[in-house]
Amino acid sequence: MPLRAAMAAGILIGAPVTAAHADMLDFETGGKLLLTRGVTDVDGAAGGGITPWAVIAGNSTDRGIGGTAHYTYLDLPDYTFESYGAAAGFYNRFEISYSRQEFDTGSTGAALGIGDGFTFNQDIVGAKLRLAGDAVYDQDKWLPQIAVGAFYKSADHGPLLNALGAEDDDGVEVYASATKLLLAQSLLLNATLRYTDANQNGLLGFGGTNDHQLQPEVSVAYMLSRRLVIGGEYRMKPDNLAFAQEEDWFDVFAAYALNRNVTLTAAYADLGSIATFEDQRGLYLSLQLGF
Amino acid sequence: MRIFSASIALIIALAGPAVAQPLNEGDAVPAHMREGELHVDPYEISNKNAGADPISDPSVLAAFNGREGIARIVDSFVEGVRTDPRTEKIFAASDWVRLTRTLNEQFCYILGGGCDYTGRDMKEVHRDHGVTTAEFAAVVEILQAAMNEEGVPFRMQNRFLAKLAPMKRDTVTR
Repeated sequence: MPLRAAMAAGILIGAPVTAAHADMLDFETGGKLLLTRGVTDVDGAAGGGITPWAVIAGNSTDRGIGGTAHYTYLDLPDYTFESYGAAAGFYNRFEISYSRQEFDTGSTGAALGIGDGFTFNQDIVGAKLRLAGDAVYDQDKWLPQIAVGAFYKSADHGPLLNALGAEDDDGVEVYASATKLLLAQSLLLNATLRYTDANQNGLLGFGGTNDHQLQPEVSVAYMLSRRLVIGGEYRMKPDNLAFAQEEDWFDVFAAYALNRNVTLTAAYADLGSIATFEDQRGLYLSLQLGF
Repeated sequence: MRIFSASIALIIALAGPAVAQPLNEGDAVPAHMREGELHVDPYEISNKNAGADPISDPSVLAAFNGREGIARIVDSFVEGVRTDPRTEKIFAASDWVRLTRTLNEQFCYILGGGCDYTGRDMKEVHRDHGVTTAEFAAVVEILQAAMNEEGVPFRMQNRFLAKLAPMKRDTVTR
């Protein structure tokens, strides 16, 4: 059916769906309060900047389908990082996502002996299921919104990653997230527990001196207005590669909703030591379109 | 008296006869009711119907500029839900006089203004409205706009909204 195909394409590229089309297909779009869809995390899921949350991508409620598309740029002293992708949320219950990450070593590549301008890349496919709770409306309960999810990550340059000490060039991560908006305090809290063996999120492959481990991640956000949220995140990381120490990540961020459809996120991110190059701190910018 | 009757007739005409009946002449009018309100079936009057316990921190009531501020917010909010394309259909058959009065009571009660709420509970009130989550969120946004107009600081708005948010469970029916 051509209309359905067009809809599917629309969802994938994050294009707005008209009300008339939505009526014909018996679902709604829109309806979430500003910023409650979260931003797009570095893996492509709805969440904070560097960690997934229990929220479902897109603006739609339990009666509809929504989605987001994103582009993220991070400028580090010795590298640059880009990612782009899209996510779709179904009935505020289920989310699928895709993200492509490109980690450009620039002139650092030559120093690492892998060539000037060498780029580590990976594709990430994600799925998330909301199990319980409503982060926004359950203000009279302690129960947070809870979701479980998984990422399948597939990195390029398998032989090189093996040479660097990684066991595999692809891997699966699973996680559980709990998100709670404490509205009376204008505070949002998130805790995520990720079971992972990814090196630098998978860009440097999977496994090595250790197998899968549980890694906690936390986010705290304070709402300054309907449109503006500031906060910080901390993400613990595995350390599996013998040749280079991997450190925890953290960031401080501001997310601004220009309107219902466009959110800009700026952050100062500290990714620690990456492939023997220390103090990789820089400005993180992300543009997210959502419907 | 003629004007009073005429205005009742007008409201009935607008609301539709199936929705409400005027008070019959000679009926006892409860003290809390205002002129122009339509008949509702009897129910037990209780502050429990307000759907939330009052906020005891007086700084919240002060941020809302007391009962006068609440009255202005309610007026603006009622005008908002009545005209916003996202919500006008839900409120199409409302008794605006009664809605304005009961919202004033409810907001004042929850904000610790010392009022009593004489309206019905949220489940009863919204039973037949068929409200969706998106429409509930639209109502929240209209209330936020009304609180902004009154100059209520965002964090104080959230203290109030935290009390109202769980009402989604009794309000959203589809």
